[in-house]
Amino acid sequence: MSRRFTPKVVTANDLLEGDVIYLTADDRWSRAHHEAELIEDEAHAQLRLLFASGQPARVVGAYLAEAKAGPDGPEPTHFREAFRTRGPSNYPHGKQEAANV
Amino acid sequence: MYDYNAFDRAFLAERNAQFRSQVERRIDGSLTEEEFRPLRLMNGLYLQLHAYMLRICIPYGTLNPGQMRRFAEVAERWDKGYGHFTTRQNIQLNWPKLKDVPDILDSLGEVGIHAIQTSGNTIRNTTADHFAGAAADEIEDPRPVAELIRQWSTDHAEFQFLPRKFKIAITGSPNDRAVTRAHDIGLRMVRRGAEVGFEVLVGGGLGRTPMLGAVIRDFLPKADLLPYLEAIVSTYNVMGRRDNKYKARIKITVFENGIDVFKAAVEERFVETRAQFSGVDQQILTEIEAQFTPPAFRNAPTEAFDAALASDPVFRAWADTNLAEHRAPGYAIVTVSLKAHGETPGDASSAQMRLLADLAERYGHDELRISHEQNVILPHVHKSDLPAIHAALAGEGLATANVGLISDIIACPGMDYCALATARSIPVAQELATHFRDIGLEQEIGALKIKISGCINACGHHHVGHIGILGLDRAGVENYQITLGGDHTETAAIGERAGPGFAYDQVVPAIERLLRAYLAQRDAPTESFIDAFRRLGPAPFKAALYPEEARDAA
Repeated sequence: MSRRFTPKVVTANDLLEGDVIYLTADDRWSRAHHEAELIEDEAHAQLRLLFASGQPARVVGAYLAEAKAGPDGPEPTHFREAFRTRGPSNYPHGKQEAANV
Repeated sequence: MYDYNAFDRAFLAERNAQFRSQVERRIDGSLTEEEFRPLRLMNGLYLQLHAYMLRICIPYGTLNPGQMRRFAEVAERWDKGYGHFTTRQNIQLNWPKLKDVPDILDSLGEVGIHAIQTSGNTIRNTTADHFAGAAADEIEDPRPVAELIRQWSTDHAEFQFLPRKFKIAITGSPNDRAVTRAHDIGLRMVRRGAEVGFEVLVGGGLGRTPMLGAVIRDFLPKADLLPYLEAIVSTYNVMGRRDNKYKARIKITVFENGIDVFKAAVEERFVETRAQFSGVDQQILTEIEAQFTPPAFRNAPTEAFDAALASDPVFRAWADTNLAEHRAPGYAIVTVSLKAHGETPGDASSAQMRLLADLAERYGHDELRISHEQNVILPHVHKSDLPAIHAALAGEGLATANVGLISDIIACPGMDYCALATARSIPVAQELATHFRDIGLEQEIGALKIKISGCINACGHHHVGHIGILGLDRAGVENYQITLGGDHTETAAIGERAGPGFAYDQVVPAIERLLRAYLAQRDAPTESFIDAFRRLGPAPFKAALYPEEARDAA
């Protein structure tokens, strides 16, 4: 028996900036994890990943990352994905920097 | 040091122009990422967790003030105003934008700096003793040979697609500061009678299968070096495994075939390669050597230094830890610590880089070095200038007196930056450094090497740390394994895993228990941690790390 599908988001890095981006339900790329489309169906997840991978001039390295529903939208479940939503812990750089501005 | 000639300048300009065009074609969509990736990696450009990262080569860790100033300028103009010096004597920029990278490389090219072969399955930057040309214990400066290797290996047509990356380290001193036994090839200068040659080691490496290099030649005449290196690398290129990335390094080739079989194949190949070398490499080496003549050392009194030692305890503490013996009378080698307590190991701001460049120009015969321990070296400083240097360093937060102590930690970027990492390293290093300072034990503990890696690839050299810390992902939580008894010097040893790993917030308490056990059991304050470990064995240290188990067993 295959394992039950757990919710995912499609994430990648922006080609020009390198920044972490997320695929939204309305086919945009957002820099905010909570705006991502939370995908609860495996077949749909594969379609969305194909859609993302078909944009080589915009994104690099698209993949499905584990996520869960939260009050403001999807939240990461693994610490690696949590770091990707913020930036490094030694300087206030990356997304956390933009949030401070 | 080596200055680019017209050939070097033209080669680099052309290479940078090619990469500029490749970047343009990636951005306009004519190259896919699969096509572009090997091209960008060949030019040092990675894509990490939060951004691109540009790894810039500092050949054998030597640079001049103009190059250091250019790093400062590039970091300010196109990045976030700092750079990260690595265990391979390179510098990394953590936030470049793809479209800016060709401009960055052109700017660096103007001062003879490139990022070629800082990634990919090629021969990487040859690392060297950071005290080369200055150390009192040295046979010869190994850097002319390192430069010869750089020229030979750069864009070497046969070695652009090796089974895996390939790292060479070289030392001219019997005291090994270049970790030669942990490299694919280690070169140690030795004497046989009046002749200088190399002991050649092969098959060392850290990573998931740590191994120490084995001697493949106990004495190789200097003139045979390039043909012999070519014989080793081309034998590996054929014999090395390409079916499994984790078995592709030369250490596995040597291990699976045995050193005798591998050596026989190399020697057979060497007969061919030696015949192909016409001697032009030795002519080039002679030209390179002429550019590494020692500076004109001055003969001057050192009273100012002696007076500062006697009167200024802060200066004295710094002199005790951060100076090393120079070959010239009245001179010292200065290690500038990039390990200020609570800061990121190996990071320097643009302002700090400019100060280091100024000091090298004013007091240091225009030379700077980067150590694999992620510090900056002023290799040739007259002792009478040390008080002024110390005061200037203090003004930029660079006068930390901790070289060789517990807070002088090697740490890889870990999961704060690296896409391969399984856990963070930098905050563990920061917390260890501040904790032991705050509880006042740093001086008491004395000489100690802690090395931290954020994944099994071991960029942080944890296997050869007296205390090694390896960050892993255990079921979605950061977990840290501790190894004990590693040694990075000429008496190299791979540390042994002490036992189960520790949660992120348990690492500092565990290391404190370990070091309190050392303090309680050392036979004298002069017995260092590693000496006590060798005398006592791992048992008392494991008992300190795992008190519950020790209690249960009792």
